[in-house]
Amino acid sequence: MCLYNVMNYFPEEVLELVFNLLTTHRDRNAVSLVCKSWYSVERFSRERVFIGNCYAISPERMIGRFPRVRSLTLKGKPHFADFNLVPPDWGGFVFPWIEAMVKSGVNLEELKLKRMVVSDDSLELLARSFVNFKSLVLVSCEGFSTDGLAAIASNCRHLRELDLQENEVEDHRGQWLSCFPESCTSLVSLNFACLRGEVNLSALERLVARCRNLSSLKLNHAVPVDALQKILVQAPQLQELGAGSYVHDPDSETCKKLKNTIQNCTSIRSLSGFLEVAPRCLPAVYPVCANLTSLNLSYAPGIYSKDLIKLIRHCRKLQRLWILDYIGDKGLGVVASSCKELQELRVFPSDLHGAGNTAVTEEGLVAISSGCRKLNSLLYFCQQMTNAALITVAKNCPNFIRFRLCTLNPTIPDPVTMQPLDEGFGAIVQSSKGLKRLSLSGLLTDKVFLYIGMYAEQLEMLSVAFAGGSDKGMVYVLNGCKKLKKLEIRDSPFGNMALLADMGKYETMRSLWMSSCEVTLGACKTLAKKMPNLNVEIINETEQMDANSDESQKVEKMYLYRTLVGARSDAPEFVWTL
Amino acid sequence: MATPGLGLEITELRLGLPCMGVKSAEKKRAFWEIGVEENGSSSTISTDENNKKSTDTKCYTKSSANQGVVGWPPVCSYRRKNSFNGRENGSKTYVKVSMDGAPILRKIDLGSFTEYSHLTMALQKLFHCFDHKNAGEKLKDTENNEYVTIYEDKDGDWMLVGDVPWEMFTESCKRLRIMKNADAKGIGLHV
Repeated sequence: MCLYNVMNYFPEEVLELVFNLLTTHRDRNAVSLVCKSWYSVERFSRERVFIGNCYAISPERMIGRFPRVRSLTLKGKPHFADFNLVPPDWGGFVFPWIEAMVKSGVNLEELKLKRMVVSDDSLELLARSFVNFKSLVLVSCEGFSTDGLAAIASNCRHLRELDLQENEVEDHRGQWLSCFPESCTSLVSLNFACLRGEVNLSALERLVARCRNLSSLKLNHAVPVDALQKILVQAPQLQELGAGSYVHDPDSETCKKLKNTIQNCTSIRSLSGFLEVAPRCLPAVYPVCANLTSLNLSYAPGIYSKDLIKLIRHCRKLQRLWILDYIGDKGLGVVASSCKELQELRVFPSDLHGAGNTAVTEEGLVAISSGCRKLNSLLYFCQQMTNAALITVAKNCPNFIRFRLCTLNPTIPDPVTMQPLDEGFGAIVQSSKGLKRLSLSGLLTDKVFLYIGMYAEQLEMLSVAFAGGSDKGMVYVLNGCKKLKKLEIRDSPFGNMALLADMGKYETMRSLWMSSCEVTLGACKTLAKKMPNLNVEIINETEQMDANSDESQKVEKMYLYRTLVGARSDAPEFVWTL
Repeated sequence: MATPGLGLEITELRLGLPCMGVKSAEKKRAFWEIGVEENGSSSTISTDENNKKSTDTKCYTKSSANQGVVGWPPVCSYRRKNSFNGRENGSKTYVKVSMDGAPILRKIDLGSFTEYSHLTMALQKLFHCFDHKNAGEKLKDTENNEYVTIYEDKDGDWMLVGDVPWEMFTESCKRLRIMKNADAKGIGLHV
């Protein structure tokens, strides 16, 4: 009996069980393509749905296909919106999704949103409609206030997770945190570090005391150290802690108490926050450093190199480190010798205007690569970079999955040889065969794109700024990177020839962003006409482009993405979908 | 600007790749120069010991190269707003003022005062907190006040307002905090 016959008689319940063992969306998508019956079994059993572009599909169609959805992840604005390249009001509203799910009786339990506009109304509707709602994670979102949070706190009886990361939240001086009823004991994760306003400290303390399963707590700057100490007494089981204000006199009673309390928190593996900090108080956290796997001091102002170094020497098990470039090249050398388990490093700039005295250079990165051989994820803002350094880094660390380099001067060449950084990045893509995400900077010609097209076989996301010499560069990437999902380009000389070279390619990708390039209105129109499954959006802030515009006019900003539902109905005036 | 003939051209700050001779000033604006301000009178050359490279390399590491380029360096806007408090360049020296128990912070421009008593009066107006009997006294006199004013300096240390000359204070003050005297006692503040 051949396998084909056997599979035909496989009961659906068994298939469902097998599919439930699949953890990634990719695998689920793959099995759904095998045959009609697998498609059907899969869609009725899928509970976790991931939508990378909220405009690629409509809420109704998503629910139609996956009626049993319990956990939804949505992403809205293009990535470059983070850097103010997308005007406000561009879109990405979550309300229609919540409304549709309410109408269809979806039993929503988890919602994770990134770069979306979330209104208080949305949060209120969410809170009142889904009785089993457990987890809300908002990353880089906007449009809501503490009133919306109050609605969540008041109504979600089984809330386990409220995680707010880097959102713009209007503070209405309400007592949102006090809205958690006394009966709420289910919280496992609470992160309100990005909120600007005060919270009721005694309500917070009582909430922490009654949530015995709380394992992640991240406070905002308005929680002072004495409150932190009292909270930690109630929650010695914490695994992740984000300190708010960490200002106190090292000789005071508060500090002594804090030291002892922290010593009892033996489960802490992740530290972050320190939104206000007096560096001389840092030694109080040394007891937990030995077991730390994650440390984020990138929002901690004023911890200069020597204090950072002292702290980091204690963190021998660190796997993830996010810091400011105060650490300096020497400090990175200490990281390299102390943190042998390091996998992810992010070094953010402390001075955006590039005066450069405290920034790091290629030396720091080389030191890290030499000491931290397990490094696989990097975000590095630096003063300068050399090809030699990048080649060394590539040799030392062949396991990069994410490699993002940002020179503070976007087109700086190798300062030693005066050459472009093509060879350096070429070495990185050649050596890290599993590279999925790459951001380039520095002086770069078409050659780097040739290398990327040749070697970056697993590349899914590429960010380009001020790079390349001609259309050929972009074509190398489109031709070579078979797994490319997102391509974002700004201020580079790629034009119509590149845009139109392989139009079918864009249907295999999530999106393409091009701003301040050489692409004209005419070419965009051609593309939109040939590819009905793409939305080609022209975003005009300064110059109004319309049907009367000259087709040879260059387009300021173009964002195109594949979609099954055509042009969106919520586009603002300055967005023209061709 | 370097006087021709003294061989100081090599230290001259200008846009474009170094070591290209005077001609670089005349060459067509490279793609990346669009939107960048020409800034002939740049800040002084860094003498940081990290910079062991030749002086050539310094001419394009200066801020003139990327002031005015939107969205560069690519730091997300939330991080921009929340990481760089009190570091704004320019003549305005606005600092945040927080007061224990008050949920809303304020901002004041230290540059608009010339002495400590002006600061005290401004803080009183903002927060209506100070013991009015002592309005005229120096901020240092903590024993009789219900509140004490401290500030965070450039090193990240919290200092009592009033110890150093006014100018020194405004240069190093990053933010202010009005603390309850009861909390301050533990810190050992003595007049």
